[in-house]
Amino acid sequence: MKIAVASGKGGTGKTTIALNLALCLADKARLAHKARLADTLHPVTYVDCDVEEPNGHIFLKPKIEITETDSVPVPKVDEAACTACGECSRICQFSAIVCLGSAAMTFPELCKGCGGCFMVCHDGALTEAKRAVGKIEKGSSGPLGFLHGKLRVGEAMSPPLIRRLKAEIPTIPASTTIPKEGIVILDAPPGTSCPVVETVRDADFVLLVTEPTPFGLNDLELAVAMVRLLRVPFAVGVNRAGSGDDRVERYCRKEDIPILFELDDDRRISTAYSRGELLISALPEYRGLFDRLGSRILEMVS
Amino acid sequence: MKELTVISGKGGTGKTSLVASFAALGRSTVIADCDVDAADLHLVTDPRTVECHSFTGGKEGRIDPALCNGCGTCADLCRFGAISPGGAPKALTAERCTIDPFACEGCGVCAHFCESGAIELVEPVQGEWFFSETRLGPMVHARLGIAAENSGKLVSLIRNRARQIAEERRLDLIIVDGSPGIGCPVIASITACDLVVAVTEPTLSGLHDLERVAELTAHFGIPLIVAINKFDLNETIAGELEEWCAEKEITVAGRVPYSSDFTAAMIASESVVEFTESPASTAIKKLWNAIEEALRNGER
Repeated sequence: MKIAVASGKGGTGKTTIALNLALCLADKARLAHKARLADTLHPVTYVDCDVEEPNGHIFLKPKIEITETDSVPVPKVDEAACTACGECSRICQFSAIVCLGSAAMTFPELCKGCGGCFMVCHDGALTEAKRAVGKIEKGSSGPLGFLHGKLRVGEAMSPPLIRRLKAEIPTIPASTTIPKEGIVILDAPPGTSCPVVETVRDADFVLLVTEPTPFGLNDLELAVAMVRLLRVPFAVGVNRAGSGDDRVERYCRKEDIPILFELDDDRRISTAYSRGELLISALPEYRGLFDRLGSRILEMVS
Repeated sequence: MKELTVISGKGGTGKTSLVASFAALGRSTVIADCDVDAADLHLVTDPRTVECHSFTGGKEGRIDPALCNGCGTCADLCRFGAISPGGAPKALTAERCTIDPFACEGCGVCAHFCESGAIELVEPVQGEWFFSETRLGPMVHARLGIAAENSGKLVSLIRNRARQIAEERRLDLIIVDGSPGIGCPVIASITACDLVVAVTEPTLSGLHDLERVAELTAHFGIPLIVAINKFDLNETIAGELEEWCAEKEITVAGRVPYSSDFTAAMIASESVVEFTESPASTAIKKLWNAIEEALRNGER
């Protein structure tokens, strides 16, 4: 079961919610399976899909077991074999390969790796080179499985790395209380465009975190339109409750969207966050909120 | 004419609120909201829209079901897993192939190799962009279609129009409000600009994200200065941030205190400096003076 935490607006507390929710669910799953679950088996995995600026690791300090480089296949021209027929540049929609003069020339940064140029080249003049898009790291933190990606600085396209990251999500054996592939918490990037779509499009549920301000509401409306278009069930959570006004609440009531939690505008939460401390460890009185949130979401999905 | 881009790496550090204040303080500016998939600046500038254009950013494959024979070649060739051969794999011939527009990258491989000529590349409208007049000066902004792609192209379009307007009206400065992150829209909003201001906050996440932003601006050879918002949230980490900047020879242009004025101004549809005379407002003015000086010095 995949639960995505997304937001539209940045800095609304996605990572805080995703991490603490994941930990509470993991603790619960461990308790329920005390006798049967090996320590190396993680029924709940936290996946940081904000590959441009991943922050989850700062709080979880995970033990990384596997590091892999992800790349997209890009063409490399053998100038001796190329007859400059121009077929490759005609099929390329991204101007990543052009044909001027005696041989084709590539712009690997623009390539999306569709493979079209390889398919049309009759001269056997193209070989596959790689453009690194980033790194994937896999490991664990206490009861939680951990997975994140780091986009290579200078790389423009994050969706391929997010796609790869999601393909790496481990599967765990089915049981009666843990859904088949375990519970996966996807921490989404901000916004409503392709990186977010890549993260949430196959989720079973999306929790949209917002704050009770004009910017918060505006971006929530965009995020709601996105999840509706993708037909993923969703609900809202309000962070920094009390810091603004009631416009988010009124909007959710009008649109009949459930609000699953309200987290106070508590300066102690921001301070714990600033130090890289997990909220439920720094301020255990908030654990109940995340336990209830986890149960509500599991109920709504099943 | 100069171009200043405000980014942050981490979201929610106060970029847009600061940009609105900068626009209010700058005397001869064009505003460009390049945070196209979560644009908020218009909420505090009250724009009166003069021009509205549709944005067609990229292509997408469409299958004509009347022509498709369901052979599945397209699905085999698609590297993005965007095409389903339709129905059970063994019954391909009776089914039509379908393209998932959210997964399609518009590469056109399917259209090229379709034997029945059933696939064409179309250019769907992926958003709208506007030129508006505001009390803070002319503004170019956009609304990227929900779940759309090619935000980088839209950002470039907005910057070009903003530059045109600055030239026509002889305005000295373009202030660009960028997106969080370091990917495609951010790269499109900083390339060839004169100065980047990174707005950060004294949290470990803020520091981590600033490091990546600084790597990005260095990669493209663009001068960078830093503004620390909410600096009193954690003065120890604020100190670490400053030390890190000093080590990297990056100027810290200003420090703005944690303040509820940001939200209150937003609710009043104003920038912080218009809304109130307060410590936060004074700190923003000081920050703006430092940015103007950095622009004058063409600081590198």
